[in-house]
Amino acid sequence: MSYARIAKDGLWDNNVVFAQMLALCPTLAVTGSATNGLGMGLATTAVLLASNMLISAVRHLVSDEVRIPVYIVLIATLVTLVDMGLNAWAHELYKVLGLFIALIVVNCAILGRAESFASKSPVLESAADGLMMGLGFTAALVAIGGVREILGSGTLFANAHLLLGEGFAFLELTLIPEYRGYLLMILPPGGFLVVGFLLAGKRLLDRRRAARAEIEAVPQAAVS
Amino acid sequence: MNLQALRARLSYQTLLLGSVVLLTSGALALASRTTEADIQAAAARDLKQSLAQVLPGQYDNDLLKDTVMIAAPDGEVTVYRARRAGKVEAVVFQTVGRGYAGPIVCIMGVARDGQLLGVRVLKHTETPGLGDKIEPAKDPWIYEFKGKSLGDPSADKWAVKKDGGVFDQFAGATITPRAVVRAVKSGLELFAREKPRMLGEAKGDQS
Repeated sequence: MSYARIAKDGLWDNNVVFAQMLALCPTLAVTGSATNGLGMGLATTAVLLASNMLISAVRHLVSDEVRIPVYIVLIATLVTLVDMGLNAWAHELYKVLGLFIALIVVNCAILGRAESFASKSPVLESAADGLMMGLGFTAALVAIGGVREILGSGTLFANAHLLLGEGFAFLELTLIPEYRGYLLMILPPGGFLVVGFLLAGKRLLDRRRAARAEIEAVPQAAVS
Repeated sequence: MNLQALRARLSYQTLLLGSVVLLTSGALALASRTTEADIQAAAARDLKQSLAQVLPGQYDNDLLKDTVMIAAPDGEVTVYRARRAGKVEAVVFQTVGRGYAGPIVCIMGVARDGQLLGVRVLKHTETPGLGDKIEPAKDPWIYEFKGKSLGDPSADKWAVKKDGGVFDQFAGATITPRAVVRAVKSGLELFAREKPRMLGEAKGDQS
């Protein structure tokens, strides 16, 4: 599979949230703000990259019959190692991300990529797939979190400096000053609503694109 | 025998699963040992920071090492003692309130005369936008407690305004501030009851 295809799959065509509809539980839970979405997305990307490479590297050794427990043990170990490492050596970051890291173990997207891609592909391609799927997931979470945050509290990327360091404080915007807030968007129902509308939007775009491609394809077919 | 045929055998699969689990638990044990000291140091740093928030002023002992366990109505509480020239000037301990969506863990500092030095919420799961005004980052409400004690306001005024007390509630959220007020009040009552032991001045107590 070409790297361009892998990238396009991960970022758009086969996006974890908006096409595969996987990992919806952490998605709904953490996207109260764009910063939280970004944090969860980046942590997941790191784990997905590592787990895809590891599983691809051992794919010839693992029997089909026991592959699921083997993958789960490997993924859970990776996540725990990341968790302990961050807690010990990047404690400030851990205080922001710690909540999300434990959630990654139950993120079915990671097992999904191990099963459907890494177990059948060479290490480098699996790494690319992990990276692109992770970035696609991050983009989806930031989009959902951004919409919820703007509608819910009138800000964007609030507290980004806690996640990325003081240098990124410029990201923190107050878009609607003196906004009283629209609590529903921050609470779980807002998550469902925003995911639904964004999903519908993506489907609409895809359909339009497909229709346009069809129109362009027709005259060519007539000529040949 | 090639790998393909080997992989299908039950003994190979058992061995594989066993060795994967063995290797990963080995890796985890190693990682746990390497990170343990740093994680404990980080946790101690965090605790020190939250202690300092409810304990203004300078003290000359290591609070984390100068503790005493006190039996409270719902389990034991660790009391951290702040000393100046050997004398306990203030104590810090946790108190837990039952909030709208779960426990609200507060930490409070009390001077030896029973006056509150400060209260902070360490952990809560209250509704964002309504109940989370108990965080100082969102609202200065929690600073109201500073300087209060069991006699000031009087016992029946230790409640939110809706219940006839002196503390503000939030628009749309009464349960959360009520829980915090109750938790702080019960903390002060615990201090009043256990004062000699908390200050280490009980009869027969050498510490």
